[in-house]
Amino acid sequence: MDTIEVSNLNRQFLFRQKHVGQSKAKVAREAVLKFKPHIKITPYHANVKDPEFNVDFFKQFNVVLNGLDNLDARRHVNRLCLASGVPLVESGTTGFLGQVTVHVKGKTECYECQPKPAPKTYPVCTITSTPTKFVHCIVWAKDLLFAKLFGNKNQENDLNVRSTDASSSSEHTEDVFEHRVDEDVEQYGRRIFDHVFGYNIEVALRNEETWKNRNKPRPVYTRDALPPRPIEQNGNKDKASNTGDPSSVSAMASLGLKNPQDLWSLRENSEVFLEALGLFFLKREKEIGQLGFDKDDQLAVEFVTSAANIRATSFGIPLHSLFEAKGIAGNIVHAVATTNAIIAGLIVLEAMKVLQNDVKSYRMTYCLEHPSRKMLLMPVEPFEPNKSCYVCSETPLTLEINTHRSKLRDFVEKIVKAKLGMSLPLIMHGVALLYEVGDDLEEDEVANYAANLDKVLSELPSPVTGGTILTVEDLQQELKCSINIKHREEFDEEKEPDGMVLSGWTPALATEKNKTSDNGPSSSNASQTVPLEPEDDDEIEIILKDPEILSAGKKRKSTDISVAADSEISSVTGAMLIKSKVEADDSHSDVMVDGNLDTNKKKRVQ
Amino acid sequence: MGKEGEELTEQETAIYDRQIRVWGVDAQRRLSKSHIFVSGLKGTVIEFCKNIVLAGVGSLMLNDDRLVTEELLSANFLVPSDENVTRGKSLAELCCESLKDFNPMVSVSVEKGDLANFDVEFFQKLDAVVISCCSLLTKKSVNAKCRKSPRRVAFYSVECRDSCGEIFVDLQNYSYSKKKNEETIECHLQYPSFEDAIAVPWRSLPMRTSKLYFAMRVIERFEELEKRNPQDVSAGDLPNVLKLRKELCEARCMNESQIPDLLLQRLLAARVEFPPVCAIIGGVLGQEVIKAISGKGDPLKNFFLFDAMDGKGIIEDISNINN
Ligand SMILES: [Zn+2]
Repeated sequence: MDTIEVSNLNRQFLFRQKHVGQSKAKVAREAVLKFKPHIKITPYHANVKDPEFNVDFFKQFNVVLNGLDNLDARRHVNRLCLASGVPLVESGTTGFLGQVTVHVKGKTECYECQPKPAPKTYPVCTITSTPTKFVHCIVWAKDLLFAKLFGNKNQENDLNVRSTDASSSSEHTEDVFEHRVDEDVEQYGRRIFDHVFGYNIEVALRNEETWKNRNKPRPVYTRDALPPRPIEQNGNKDKASNTGDPSSVSAMASLGLKNPQDLWSLRENSEVFLEALGLFFLKREKEIGQLGFDKDDQLAVEFVTSAANIRATSFGIPLHSLFEAKGIAGNIVHAVATTNAIIAGLIVLEAMKVLQNDVKSYRMTYCLEHPSRKMLLMPVEPFEPNKSCYVCSETPLTLEINTHRSKLRDFVEKIVKAKLGMSLPLIMHGVALLYEVGDDLEEDEVANYAANLDKVLSELPSPVTGGTILTVEDLQQELKCSINIKHREEFDEEKEPDGMVLSGWTPALATEKNKTSDNGPSSSNASQTVPLEPEDDDEIEIILKDPEILSAGKKRKSTDISVAADSEISSVTGAMLIKSKVEADDSHSDVMVDGNLDTNKKKRVQ
Repeated sequence: MGKEGEELTEQETAIYDRQIRVWGVDAQRRLSKSHIFVSGLKGTVIEFCKNIVLAGVGSLMLNDDRLVTEELLSANFLVPSDENVTRGKSLAELCCESLKDFNPMVSVSVEKGDLANFDVEFFQKLDAVVISCCSLLTKKSVNAKCRKSPRRVAFYSVECRDSCGEIFVDLQNYSYSKKKNEETIECHLQYPSFEDAIAVPWRSLPMRTSKLYFAMRVIERFEELEKRNPQDVSAGDLPNVLKLRKELCEARCMNESQIPDLLLQRLLAARVEFPPVCAIIGGVLGQEVIKAISGKGDPLKNFFLFDAMDGKGIIEDISNINN
């Protein structure tokens, strides 16, 4: 599904400047055919999670080569490979680090056997009241302030400081953020500025308890940060009529700031803040109310950078350039051509072993930045399947939940979708269907399930209480598991924010966090730099089909097998499916190139 | 930031964004002013060229006057498999056209002639020289010429045989700084030339030195003695190669079992290149050259050896000089 971007060109060598904006899958196909004209390549500019790529589809192939950029899709493909019995070669890179692993059902661990590093989440109060790092300021600026001003107004938002007296903020603030009908935009910007960087900090300071062992923040008002307001002169109004394309609107441009690597002073940050806010209202007013942060949205990045820097000033945190802030806010993965080339080569080596059914030689290989025992490329024997993995073994799960208070919806969102990673779930209690998703449902069924979602568990038509065993199934992923329900009255709000605890489950990087609107800050996936579970936005998925080899047990010269899997495919962005059919002597093959499932994009925080 | 020279252009910043986040603006600026020469355009070097052209070096000169054959193109994704396009052109000319298209900000050109005839004046304009598919004699002489240059020219040689590959690095006297626990430490490395490195007595090397290192030396020596063209060996040469192994091991007091028959057999038998290994070796080589030019990161000293059979990518320090 992914399309080519300028920032891909430093490593995805099948693409050129002229291809920017086009489908990765399609362009990659054309590029490969130029030097290997006799292979068959089918591009799919689609999401690998689409129902057409079901178990039967996967069964056509002899191996799947994954190089996806998000956990959600990786888990999905892992499950389909398990269900269809197709070996999976997984891979990822970040900076100089990379890894390739092999997953064969029953022989090696599956992709989900090992717990994945938890996403970096931050306690709500760190973000709203006591930031100590720049990333906290970024999360605040992006998920709270930006969302509050430009996003969906109905979204819950912890922007205002939780002061001891709740009454002082809630009512008062609603009008603060509202842009009044005849209000001058510049005036509005200054009012917001003074409220969030000045007034709110003062409110927070009243909570003396908070600051006992911390450095007190300093309120910043426009009158401190900026020179007195000049009469009849503000940047955005002058330039407003000149710029045509709303997407090219930039506060930096109208203020004459050129280098994104520069550190801005408090004054510059304040100017950018007001300018960016003003430009949103003057040039992109239609989008207000439905904007989500996007790292490729220049104006949004400018706004978030300046807001984070002003907040950082308040809290005595070192400031950062727009370039750096963009990396943190956009969770941009570092990527170079060389690591991609190495990892692509290793992927092909493993794929060839899989095609030759050379199980003993399978290796997980790590590409390191600093040698370990003289090794820069370190092979490790794969592990056996984890017997308590709920994905590839049949381990029951246990869920502690307050069955009198939690609704079916909470269970579906927080457990079935977010934790178990199912996209089309079906929930059963014995033979009673409690919930189901699908296109082929009758109207009354849809209404029925919708009604169930809003019921608490113990009041469902077939009541779910302590001791109940629920069956949860995803028909597309062909994954089914049982959950033992245990009733529990109380949950710790900070430690168990979901209000329920699932055990017997390997916690994974829950990308779905972003979908849940439980609390803003924790939904940020900023600064997820995880050394050995790297995610890259150069994604490849390759499926090789080679029935002859497997059935006849013929061994081919390794050089023949490399058909579609020359390293070149390596750096393609976008998921790719390759199936190669090899006859005894001549080899021709089918390659399917599938567009990248850039689910990151649709997962913006509202 | 922005200490030295001019700033990167907007276009450079946009295209190189993801890698600037890895190595920084200064390193990118240094890269964009570097001049690199490669000779011997087979799969591994092609991969290398692709990597550094994408990374945005200043200029790249290609040397390989051979006319295109099917064998030469087996691991070459730069040249279209269309005889109408390739007829009558040298490998360097064809690769040049294609590489220019990869990254218009890099100047790519062809340097005709026999590698053995390039002189010190030629090499001293360069920042890095990468050679492949040449005789042992030429390898030594190019390395020596690079060393004679008044300013440092980083020298690399690379060979792939079957599913094995070897990189040799000579950075002469190399100093760089790195950050360790918030502290900047100065590092100095001293490299031997290729000639000196391979002259290091085998018995003085640790027992666990990669067998591939020794096997490569045997075959290299065999090609030299037999006056073969680079890589012009075959399975039929095995008996004579085994004889040579015996002589070399005896002369150097090393057990012959350090160089398994099977390994030599594999290295001799390979007819075509193996693309995944080219990608791996070309990737490591690209990274090393980028490190040396940018002054960022620990460069490897001084051999890198990879064998797809066991999957290990090993660094061996083969030098008499102790740092
Ligand atoms: Zn598993």
